[in-house]
Amino acid sequence: MDFGPHLLLASLEGAVTAAILALTAMGLSIVFGVMRVVNVAHGEFYMLGAVIAWWVTSLIGGHPAIGFVLALGIAPLVVGFLAAAADKLILQKINYDPDRTIVATIGLLYIIQQTTLMTFGPDARPVQPPFNTRLALPWFEYGEGGFAMFWPWGLSITSYKLFVIVAAVAILTTLWLLITRSKIGLIMRATQLDSETALAFGVPVDRVYMWVFGLGAGLAAVGAVLVVPIQQAHYLMGHDPLLLAFITVIIGGLGSLPGTIIAAILIGMSDGIISVFFSPTLAKIIATLLVAMVLVFRPQGLLGRST
Amino acid sequence: MDAVNILSTKGLTKTYGGIKANTNIDFVLPKGKTMALIGPNGAGKSTFVGMLCGRIAATSGDVFFEGQNINALPAHKRISLGIAYTFQITSVFAGLSLHENVALAARRRLGSDVTAVDAKVADVLARVGLLDRADQIAGDLSYGHQRLLEIAMGLAQDPRLFILDEPTQGLADSEIASFIDLINSLAGETTILLIEHNMDVVMKTAAYITVLNFGEILAAGTPDEIHANEAVQAAYLGTTTDA
Amino acid sequence: MSNTQRSNLLHLGTIALLAVAFFILPTYHVGNLSRIMVLAVYAIGYNFLFGYTGLLSLGHALFFAAGMYGLGLSMELFDLTTAPALVIGLASALVISAVIGFLALRTSGVSFMIVTLMFAQAGYLTILYFGTYTRGDEGFVIQQADRVLFGVDLSSDTGRYFAALALFSACFLAVAHLVQSPFGRTLVAIRENEERARMLGYDTVTHKLKAVIISGTISGLAGAAYALLFGYAGATFATVQYSIFPLLWVLLGGAGTTIGPLIGVIFMFYLIDLSSSITSAYMLIAGVVLVLLTLFAPQGLAGELRKRVFKWMP
Repeated sequence: MDFGPHLLLASLEGAVTAAILALTAMGLSIVFGVMRVVNVAHGEFYMLGAVIAWWVTSLIGGHPAIGFVLALGIAPLVVGFLAAAADKLILQKINYDPDRTIVATIGLLYIIQQTTLMTFGPDARPVQPPFNTRLALPWFEYGEGGFAMFWPWGLSITSYKLFVIVAAVAILTTLWLLITRSKIGLIMRATQLDSETALAFGVPVDRVYMWVFGLGAGLAAVGAVLVVPIQQAHYLMGHDPLLLAFITVIIGGLGSLPGTIIAAILIGMSDGIISVFFSPTLAKIIATLLVAMVLVFRPQGLLGRST
Repeated sequence: MDAVNILSTKGLTKTYGGIKANTNIDFVLPKGKTMALIGPNGAGKSTFVGMLCGRIAATSGDVFFEGQNINALPAHKRISLGIAYTFQITSVFAGLSLHENVALAARRRLGSDVTAVDAKVADVLARVGLLDRADQIAGDLSYGHQRLLEIAMGLAQDPRLFILDEPTQGLADSEIASFIDLINSLAGETTILLIEHNMDVVMKTAAYITVLNFGEILAAGTPDEIHANEAVQAAYLGTTTDA
Repeated sequence: MSNTQRSNLLHLGTIALLAVAFFILPTYHVGNLSRIMVLAVYAIGYNFLFGYTGLLSLGHALFFAAGMYGLGLSMELFDLTTAPALVIGLASALVISAVIGFLALRTSGVSFMIVTLMFAQAGYLTILYFGTYTRGDEGFVIQQADRVLFGVDLSSDTGRYFAALALFSACFLAVAHLVQSPFGRTLVAIRENEERARMLGYDTVTHKLKAVIISGTISGLAGAAYALLFGYAGATFATVQYSIFPLLWVLLGGAGTTIGPLIGVIFMFYLIDLSSSITSAYMLIAGVVLVLLTLFAPQGLAGELRKRVFKWMP
C-alpha cells in the first residue's frame, strides 16, 4: 500500500482507538472532576466490562447480536453497581483522603484483577462481533483524465469498527446532554464546584459521589464492551487503557471534560498513526514522558483549571 | 528622634489583574517598638504583610530589612534573617507535641545542640504558660492555646521582628488580657508588628499605628495622633457606631 | 531508660536477632531472610520519602531498577568487577533520583504521584526498547563466579546472608540516625505542615530534593544488591508492581517508623508465600491487605504499636 492509503487506514484505526479512549478517559475525568479522586482501579472496571460481556455472550446462544446488545446493557450496569458499592463501603469511610484513596483503589485494582484471574482464567477469550462485513474503502489517484477512484487492496474497514465510532459519539453526546441539560447534570456540576455549598442546599453529596463513581466505571465498561469483539477479553487488559486514560485526562486538563475529548482524539489518532509507522514501544515512551512533562511544566494541560 | 528603622518599604505595590491590592506603600517600622497595622476589611493588610515576609511576590517596590534590600529573597530566607510570623488562621504542627513544635522553631538557629534546644523550649513555653502541656499533641489543644503555641514558636526563634497577623481573633477576653501582657513584656526585646481589628488591644500595646485603607496608607503616627485624625475617624473608626 | 537508649536497644537488638537467626532457622527461611533484608532496604528507602517526608511516589521501581541495571549491565556488558559495578549502580540511582526529584518536585499531591508513575513507566519501556542489551522481561543472569566481593563468595548461603545483613544494618542504622537528627525532624515538619515549616525559615524545596535523592539512592542500592546477591536482573523489577510493593510494605509495617519497613516486608513475604501455595492469584491478598489497612489501620503494625504503647519509637 502506498503512503496515502496507509495513512487513511492508520487514521481510521486511530479513530476507533480514540473513540474507546474517549469513553474510558471520560469516566476517569468525571470522577476526578466531581470527586477529586484518582481511581487507579479504573482500568480494572474497564476489564470487568469486557469479561462480563464475554460471560453474557457465551451464555446466550443464537445470533451474536442478541448477546452483544444484552452485554452492552448488562455489563455497564453491573460494573457501575460494583463501583458504587466500592465507593460506599470504602472510599466514603476514609473520607476521600487523597493518600488513603490512592492506596484503597490500588487495593481494589488487585482484588478485581486477581479475582478475575481466579474465575475467568489467564487466557484471552474472543467475543463475536454482532456484525462484521468488510467494507473496502476507495482512494484517489491522479492520472491522465483527472482524479480516479480505485480500491487499494488492504484498504478496508469493518462495519463493526464504524459502528464503534458511531456508538461512542452517540454515548458521549448523550452524556454531554445529561451533564449540561438535565437536573442530574446540574447537581453533578454543583457538587463539583463547591460540595459544601451544595450540601447546604440539600444536595445529597454522598449519594451524588456514589452515582458519579458508578457512572465513571460504567463508561469504562461500555468502552470495553465495544472493544472486546475487536480485541478479546483478558484479565490484564485494563493496564494499558488505564495508563492511556490517565495520559488523556492529564493532557486534556484535569477536570475539563471538553479537554478530555480533544486529548482523546489527539492521542488516539496519533497512537494509531505512530504505531503504524514507528515502534509501538517508542511511541509509548514518548507519550509517557510527554505526560510527565505536561504535569511538570503545564499542570493545567490543554484546557483544565489549576488544581 | 527617629529610632533606627528595622523595616521599611518604598513604593510597595501589588496588583492582581486589574485590582490594586496595595498601592505605592512607603512604610517605616521603628526598631524595638510595637506597631499596629489597622484598617477596614479588604484594606490590603494581609497582602502587605504577605509581601513583607515573602509569601506574596510584590508587583513593584522594595522591602528593606535592617538596611538590606530583601526583595530577591524567598520567604524562608527572610525568616532566617530574624523575622517570625504567625498566621491569621493558626498554623501549627497539629500532629506533633507542643515540645516538638517549639523545638522545630528553635532548631533552625540552635541546630543539633539538644540541651540548648530543650532549654529554649522550656523557657518559651513557660513564658506563654503552656509548660505543663509540653507533651500534649498540639491538635488536641483549644484554639486559644494553639494561638499561644504559635506565639511561643515565634519567640523560640529570638526574632528581631515579630509579625502577628490578627493574633487575638477567636480568643476569649481573659486570653486577650494575657496576650496583651505578653506583648508588652516583649517590648524592647524585639520589634512587633501587629495586624489587629481589636482597637482595645491596639490602644494597650501599640506605640505606633499605621492605618491602611483601600490599599494605601491613610495615616501613620502615635495612637493619640491617629485617634485625632479626622480622615481615619471617617474611614475606619467611625463617627457613630463602630469601634 | 531514656528514649535514645530505648531506640538504640531496639535497633541494635533487631540486628542482633537477624544475626542469630542465621544459626537457628532452617535453610529455607534463612534464604528467605536474605531476600527479605535486601527488600527491606528498598522499603527503608521508600519509607524515608513516604513515611517521614510525606511524599507518595508511585515510581520508585525506577530507582531500584537503576541500581539493578547499573550494576548488572556493568558486569555483563563491560566486564567490571563487583566493587566498581556497585559504585556504578549506586551512582546511576543517585543521578536519576536527582533528575526525577528536580522535575517531579515542581508538582505536588496527586500530580506528584502521576509524574513519578510516568517516569517509572518510561524507564520500564526504555529497558524493553533496548532489549538487545538488557534482554527485556526475560532478564539476564549474573554468573556465580563473578559475584565475589572482597573475597567473599556472595552466591553461597552464608556469604549472601551476611552481605545482606551488613547492607541492611548499615542502611537501617544510618536512616535511624538521620530521621532523629535535625534534618530528619525538619522532613517530618514538612510532612506535617509544609507552609509552617517554610515560615519557620526552612528551605523546604531543598529539603525535599535531598529526601528524594537519599530515598532514591538507598532504593538503588537495594536494587544493585539484589542483582548481586541473587544473580539476576530483569525488567519485571522496573514495573509498576515493584513501585507498589514498597508502598504496601511500608504501609503494612508502619510508615514513619524505623522498624516498620522490615516488619512490612517480613509479613507480606510470608503472606504471599503462604497464599501462593493455595492460588496463583496471590496478589489478591495484597489487594485485600491494602484495602483493610487503609480502612482500619492506616498507621500499620509498628505505627499502631507506637500510637498505643511505645510512644518513644522513632
